[in-house]
Amino acid sequence: MNKKKTYPIYFAYGALLIYFVFFFLPGLIGVGYSFTDWSAYSDELHGVGFANFKTVFSSDENYLKIITNTLEFTLITTVLKNVIGLVLALLLTKSIRFLNMHRGIVFMPSVLSTLIIGMIFKSILDPKSGLLNSFFRSVGLDMLAKKWLVSSELAFGSVMAVDIWRGVGYIMTILIAGILSISSDYYEAAAIDGAGGWAKFRYITFPLILPTLATTTVLNVIYGLKVFDMVYALTNGGPGKATTEVLYTAVFKKFGTGQYAVGTALSSVMFIIMVFIGIYMIRIMTRNEVVE
Amino acid sequence: MKTKKTVQAVLRNLIAWIFSAVCLIPLLLITFNALKDKKSAAAMNLKLPSLPLQWANFITVIEKGKLAASFGNSLLYSAGSVILCVLFAALAAYVLSRNQTKLNNFLYMFLVLGITLPINYVALTKVLQFLHLNNSAAGIILLYTSMQLPFMTFLIHGFVAKVPVELDEAAVIDGCGPVSLFFLIVFPMLKPAIATASVLTFLNTWNEFVSPLYFLNRSEQWPMTLSVYNFFGMYYKDWNLVCADILLTSLPVLLIYLLGQKYIVSGMTAGAVKG
Repeated sequence: MNKKKTYPIYFAYGALLIYFVFFFLPGLIGVGYSFTDWSAYSDELHGVGFANFKTVFSSDENYLKIITNTLEFTLITTVLKNVIGLVLALLLTKSIRFLNMHRGIVFMPSVLSTLIIGMIFKSILDPKSGLLNSFFRSVGLDMLAKKWLVSSELAFGSVMAVDIWRGVGYIMTILIAGILSISSDYYEAAAIDGAGGWAKFRYITFPLILPTLATTTVLNVIYGLKVFDMVYALTNGGPGKATTEVLYTAVFKKFGTGQYAVGTALSSVMFIIMVFIGIYMIRIMTRNEVVE
Repeated sequence: MKTKKTVQAVLRNLIAWIFSAVCLIPLLLITFNALKDKKSAAAMNLKLPSLPLQWANFITVIEKGKLAASFGNSLLYSAGSVILCVLFAALAAYVLSRNQTKLNNFLYMFLVLGITLPINYVALTKVLQFLHLNNSAAGIILLYTSMQLPFMTFLIHGFVAKVPVELDEAAVIDGCGPVSLFFLIVFPMLKPAIATASVLTFLNTWNEFVSPLYFLNRSEQWPMTLSVYNFFGMYYKDWNLVCADILLTSLPVLLIYLLGQKYIVSGMTAGAVKG
């Protein structure tokens, strides 16, 4: 059988063309535009060298704060989603009534629109009439009724908390699949040797789901660095000056004010970082595939 | 020993219920308040709505929020990207998996790299302007297709490898050309993967709002997610209406989730777990 004839490469042209033109090409020319003074206010383009990147990394602007915010968001949500996700996965692989229903409910926030989740939590976290503060007041814990999204100390934490609420079900589902793929022989052997619950987790479950945890970590990191929806919907970078601003809300604002060159420079920094993370990620994801 | 076990079991069930409640309460909150009148919905609490239920809220929202038009838009964008994305992803995954030359493996890696890459929306405007696709349904559908092609190709690629090559060989001997081989023999075998890819593409497109935010200036073209957000901005004092709008926008997603949970879970965990 002639493979070249039976599997003609033009079958892949459609996907490659659309992907290249609408996805990869903007990334490439975006890097090019980062070295110009492209903006909404003039039709002519001038080369400005590294000026835009200097702006992005200079200490007198807010960008450094934005970058540290993005990294902080990524780190904290990654760790907490993994930890809570693991606890949930361990819990929901035990014998519990309505097991599938619980799994389904915890996963559900992952399929809802982030924008809608943002709107719902804006109401829940409202300092005066919000459900959370009303609950605290009704049980006499008034000191816990805080200004969640509107005070500069708590806003970023609140945004991260909502994002963890939204994303933890997805991580849990992946980890459940990982736990269920562990052969029960190990546990039986361990039980014969007299291992308790903790020992089984410490010496069997945990080491065997480490590869799965590596994957969820990478997924969370990619998501965290690219986060836009949740921040946009909840605080849009506020309150005050860039308290919760992350990279992609900053890019969107530069786009809105017509400062295209700075916007594309910020995007390009991300693009280049992501190419490297991406290559690592693809290696992990494709290692399991059958190669004939 | 036995009582300790029972206590543990009860505790486990209790904790599971607490987690489920935390995930369900926001949805209950929206459902209850969508059925209240303006005054009682202002408190946004979990009290059950008093009778009579305010079904009229939904009609008000559909009229004021122009939901019929944005529902049509969302449907057009989602259906359009499902057809384009799944068809092209399946075609690409098929040849790139069956004929693994050095070049084809590189092309596959290049395509799949898009799973992690961010889109440069700012520079994308240049591309869309050049192609005269700014502010057009065609442009946004192609954009959604390009965003999801990498993952869907990856998803179907893994599945193609499980379809026996002997099938292709037999078909070729019987005189099948490459096109009929794919559409008549292989495509039907890929049904589970196609179903998963379709459901995921539909959901992702339905929920996405960033691209319309950048590229669709006119509100007549907005999908449901964006118009609900806009509605929220205008009627933020009428929580009963906002909740009704949110509920109507989420209903298709929740329905698909209930019906296609199996496909969604298998798709979203694909590649993440060994085995």
